[in-house]
Amino acid sequence: MSAFAHPFFLHAILAGTAIAAAAGLAGYFLVLRAQVFTGDALSHTAFTGALAALAIGWDLRIGLFASTIGVALLLGFLGRRSRVDDVAIGGVFSWILGLGVFFLTLYTTTRSTANGGAGVSVLFGSIFGLSTSSAWTAVIVAGVLCVALLGIARPLLFASVDESVAAARGVPVRLLGLVFLALVGACAAEATQAVGSLLLLGLLAAPAGAAQRLTDSPYRALVLAAALAVGEMWAGLAVGYAVPSVPPSFGVIAAGTLVYGLTFLRLPSRGRPQVRVARAGGSG
Amino acid sequence: MLLADAASNPWSWNLLTDFQVMWSYPFMVNAFRAGAVIAVLAAAVGWFVVLRGQTFAAHTFSVVGFPGASGAVLAGVAAGYGYFAFCVGAAVAIALLPGSGKGRGEESALTGTIQAFLLACGFLFVALYKGFLGGVNSLLFGSFLGITGSQVLLLTVVAAVVLCVLAAIGRPLLFASVDESVAAARGVPVRALATVFLVLLGAATAEASQITGSLLVFALLVLPAATAQVLTPRPGLSLVLAMVIGLAVTWLGLTVAYFSPYPVGFHVTTFAFGGYVLARLVNVVRQASLVRRAPLLRSAA
Repeated sequence: MSAFAHPFFLHAILAGTAIAAAAGLAGYFLVLRAQVFTGDALSHTAFTGALAALAIGWDLRIGLFASTIGVALLLGFLGRRSRVDDVAIGGVFSWILGLGVFFLTLYTTTRSTANGGAGVSVLFGSIFGLSTSSAWTAVIVAGVLCVALLGIARPLLFASVDESVAAARGVPVRLLGLVFLALVGACAAEATQAVGSLLLLGLLAAPAGAAQRLTDSPYRALVLAAALAVGEMWAGLAVGYAVPSVPPSFGVIAAGTLVYGLTFLRLPSRGRPQVRVARAGGSG
Repeated sequence: MLLADAASNPWSWNLLTDFQVMWSYPFMVNAFRAGAVIAVLAAAVGWFVVLRGQTFAAHTFSVVGFPGASGAVLAGVAAGYGYFAFCVGAAVAIALLPGSGKGRGEESALTGTIQAFLLACGFLFVALYKGFLGGVNSLLFGSFLGITGSQVLLLTVVAAVVLCVLAAIGRPLLFASVDESVAAARGVPVRALATVFLVLLGAATAEASQITGSLLVFALLVLPAATAQVLTPRPGLSLVLAMVIGLAVTWLGLTVAYFSPYPVGFHVTTFAFGGYVLARLVNVVRQASLVRRAPLLRSAA
């Protein structure tokens, strides 16, 4: 394919694959733990973090990682039993978005070199604009995230499916929840560069939701979620390359939505074949 | 977004002159009127959202206004139609899918996917409609500069309709929200009520998005109601309190935004969030003093 002759496309494929794999893994646990809303909040935090860094004049990635991991830990501490109250999340992140608007204004009015599209590219991603070094950074960070997620996969799965039994068996449930949220935060920060902070939720939720509908086995679903995310990323990049007027992040999310929609057609009679999360009670 | 003539509006500490100057502009008067309508409506609907734990659904509706508006601009019609079409459409879609919108496992994955896909559609519309980058920010983060008198009238009419329907279904909806299974057993049409409520929520969000923007409407929906429910457990009182807080926060935000160079969305969310944090602190202090007065409660707390 002639597309691979272009360095920007190679960078996009390289970074996109790694980011999609990490997002697929993180997304599976988010869906299993019913924390998709937390992922949503973290993706909005990424927007504010990026613009704050731009407004101060730092590297974009410092702002992204500091804000998302910080807020992830904050949400983890706020919630009892490492599950967070939805209203508290909503309150925190609507204010964080307000702060994001503040930084956007600050950035566009004070920096003479500012480009007006910075806010838009943070919100909706600019994967075709990655440089060689940032593509490799993305690969390394996403690789570390994947390894870390797979490393805590077994106890985290236990803690997610039955928290009280896991706690009784000596699994450090609260610590695991915090570590997991921090990993999701890092993943959100990294993925913001690919699909943008607003669309990140699709990369987290859609492959994981589809994987849960397709298989009962948690490990198979975990791998499937990552594979689907990578496949959707490739499809989106191909569409973005072939049709220049369609942004690649739209292609990625559209592919994810399509796959998720197809899983509803495939299994009309089997009901809900996913792992049911036994909830010991309590809200959020 | 940004007030262009911000530098020419200094705050003089002479309240009377300040307000006279501010309200001498028709657009500011319209902004205050529209802000009042939206704040009361959003607080009333948001009160039920918080009670029913449907914050994720509320957030989804608030962001789907963005593709609606950008699609409407692309098609060449007024953005208001797009807001209403997409928000009410998403409300119907989420209501028809069983159990979604409650932030639980698979259902929340579904809500999240719908949200991300519609946002992606919005981005596609923006990309197809060239030379629209400045407009994206005002769709996402709101603008109170260009509100006309007829828009205020339309907002008021829609708000009145939504509030009337809400008042009509308020009692059974409260029952169904507090204890769904008991309400169902007593013959309350729980599912129909939930659908009607989601459509009302969609309409309210569509209306409020036009002023606050898609990303910040959520603050007006959830924060005043959450603050009120932290402060008092009585339903009627906290509903009224939510409306008062919403109104105060919006007007305060508009006033400060007029005298400062930063956008209204930032001020409104900051005041709303500040109020929420304050309410939580008051609650913590109050509970601590209760426990100190009645040691028997300590084991229960």
